[in-house]
Amino acid sequence: MSLLSTWLGKSVQGSLRLAGRTGGTLPGKVVESVDSRYLARRLATLPHGVTVVSGTNGKTTTTKMLAQVLGGQYRVLTNPTGSNFTRGAVSAIVDASTWGGRLDYDLAVLELDEAYAARFVEQFPPTRVVVLNVLRDQMDRFGEIDHTARLLGRAVAAATGEVVLNRDDPRVAGLAALARVPVRWFGVAPSLRSIFRTDDELHADAPTGSDGGGRGDVAPEAAVELVDYAPGRARFRVGARTIEVALQAEGAHNAQNAAAVLAAALGEGVELDQAVRRLAAVPPAFGRGEAVRLDGRTVVLQLAKNPGGFRLALLSQQARPADVSVVAINDEYADGRDVSWLWDVDFTPLRDTRGPVLTAGTRAADMALRLAYDEVPVAEVVPDLLDAVQRAVRAAPSDGRVVVYTTYTAMWRLHEHVGRRPGVPE
Amino acid sequence: MSRVVRVVHLYAAEMNIYGDNGNAQVLVRRLQWRGIGVEVSRVGVGDPLPPDTHVLLGGGGQDAGQAVITDDLAAKGPDLLAMAADGVPMLLVCGMYQMAGHYFAPFDAPRLPGIGLLDVHTQAGPTRLIGNVVADSDFGPLVGYENHSGLTHLGSGVRPLGRTATGQGNNGTDGTEGARVHNVIGTYLHGPLLAKAPAVADHLLAAALDAAGLPPDLAPLDDSLALEAARIARSRPR
Repeated sequence: MSLLSTWLGKSVQGSLRLAGRTGGTLPGKVVESVDSRYLARRLATLPHGVTVVSGTNGKTTTTKMLAQVLGGQYRVLTNPTGSNFTRGAVSAIVDASTWGGRLDYDLAVLELDEAYAARFVEQFPPTRVVVLNVLRDQMDRFGEIDHTARLLGRAVAAATGEVVLNRDDPRVAGLAALARVPVRWFGVAPSLRSIFRTDDELHADAPTGSDGGGRGDVAPEAAVELVDYAPGRARFRVGARTIEVALQAEGAHNAQNAAAVLAAALGEGVELDQAVRRLAAVPPAFGRGEAVRLDGRTVVLQLAKNPGGFRLALLSQQARPADVSVVAINDEYADGRDVSWLWDVDFTPLRDTRGPVLTAGTRAADMALRLAYDEVPVAEVVPDLLDAVQRAVRAAPSDGRVVVYTTYTAMWRLHEHVGRRPGVPE
Repeated sequence: MSRVVRVVHLYAAEMNIYGDNGNAQVLVRRLQWRGIGVEVSRVGVGDPLPPDTHVLLGGGGQDAGQAVITDDLAAKGPDLLAMAADGVPMLLVCGMYQMAGHYFAPFDAPRLPGIGLLDVHTQAGPTRLIGNVVADSDFGPLVGYENHSGLTHLGSGVRPLGRTATGQGNNGTDGTEGARVHNVIGTYLHGPLLAKAPAVADHLLAAALDAAGLPPDLAPLDDSLALEAARIARSRPR
């Protein structure tokens, strides 16, 4: 049955490619519909099992970094960027299998969104589960944030080897009680806590650095702790050692994700110095601080799809203010139809940007209205995404820097058009 | 008479999902842009209601947030009823709209009493009502986003805020959305509602100026962007 299902999936992939389309998740969808146990049977052949990466923000970057770091000593199967439903994982397995049905890998690192992580573990118990954070995002799909935490709790409870949890997010730390295996913590030093606010701190103006409850009076010792961050490099404390790591992905949040990666890699038996070397070589994930060149200008794509992520994206640009900023807000199904979350973001950092601010996307007017209430001047409202980016590029100096903050579907569309051009190091 | 308009944001920390805090920002800016002094008081569990409350806002919350405020809201109930009867304007969204009614009846648990500020009651429904809403009202078409499982039914002591053209509104059956009495508005519309409904914002502010003993001078603002955003919102899928 596995062999037949693999052939079926590969045939779908082949037909799509002949038709000039990429493989996508359709092969996974087809295989899932005819063979619901395919995923579990195939993954059971991996000697080192499966690591699931989940949480609200940072899944894609963390998965990419962890796969690269583990790639130094294991053959790693991973799902392609952003396809974080189970059918994305099935597609990845179909793609990775030989026509003879072999899956020549040691382990898998799979990015799964919160709802699919809970479904996935019913089909296959993962060896390791990494939970990054729980922030409000797409509540039209998940209902409410406490429900999201409960979904992640099911994934944590199913882990058979180890769980890797964020010590500083109380909703994540609270999941430790559900784990039936040891917990390996990652965290950030108290001096950096004000950057990484929890959901409650973000929405209640609670004092930064507050404990937030859920993890008792004494914070557990973190196996890996981020102790210092500057653009391009981060310092971590690992046991008695302090090590510096060069990071290509922009933003303090990616340094926090790197702490999770190091913790998970140590758990998988990777030697620390090797992990650090491989981490430095990881380019930014698609649309997560990735830079492309357009007419001589550097265009940075920053995915921003919920209040917590948007705040960190704005912070990550403060060290180097943009010449022109674009805020592209779509409200397609994959973005979430609801755009009220924009009012939970403080946009006043955009007042300090050097040049004009444009808004774009299906909700360009809504975004301009939001900025008006934060007294950020808006130069132009341009619903058409490509038109907006072209105008921004023309408005920037010839060697200037354009930063595009974008929701999910807007990012995909922009990437189709600008992402194929050669990237530049940031 | 007061020098400033005091905006009271009730349970800003406990009941704040879906950008409802933005309603406070809209009121504050629309006063500031007209040169009228404004102060915001965030009133949480255990905090007293300021005696000079001129306009009051309450938002939606998670189940856990709703449980935390129940006792405190019951204690504040008589004061809130007196304020409403005095004409103090209020905007109560989603969870606070439900709790301003007579009760919320879950499927399998005793009724949770509300404060009876609005003549409505709410019954747990079988599914969540989620999506964009357009409702015709005395203020023109209103746009927002609903996400609730409670079904709210209106008594004779209130009138609806609007009639749904798109979306489910109060209960998905009678076509009504929200409820009004005195200068109090209850609604399921997140958005935040006031951003794309400047007429509703100014209606609340006119009553707030009156409560503050200030002259009812609300100079016109350029609301073309709000009206354009509302027009586009009406064209988007549910």
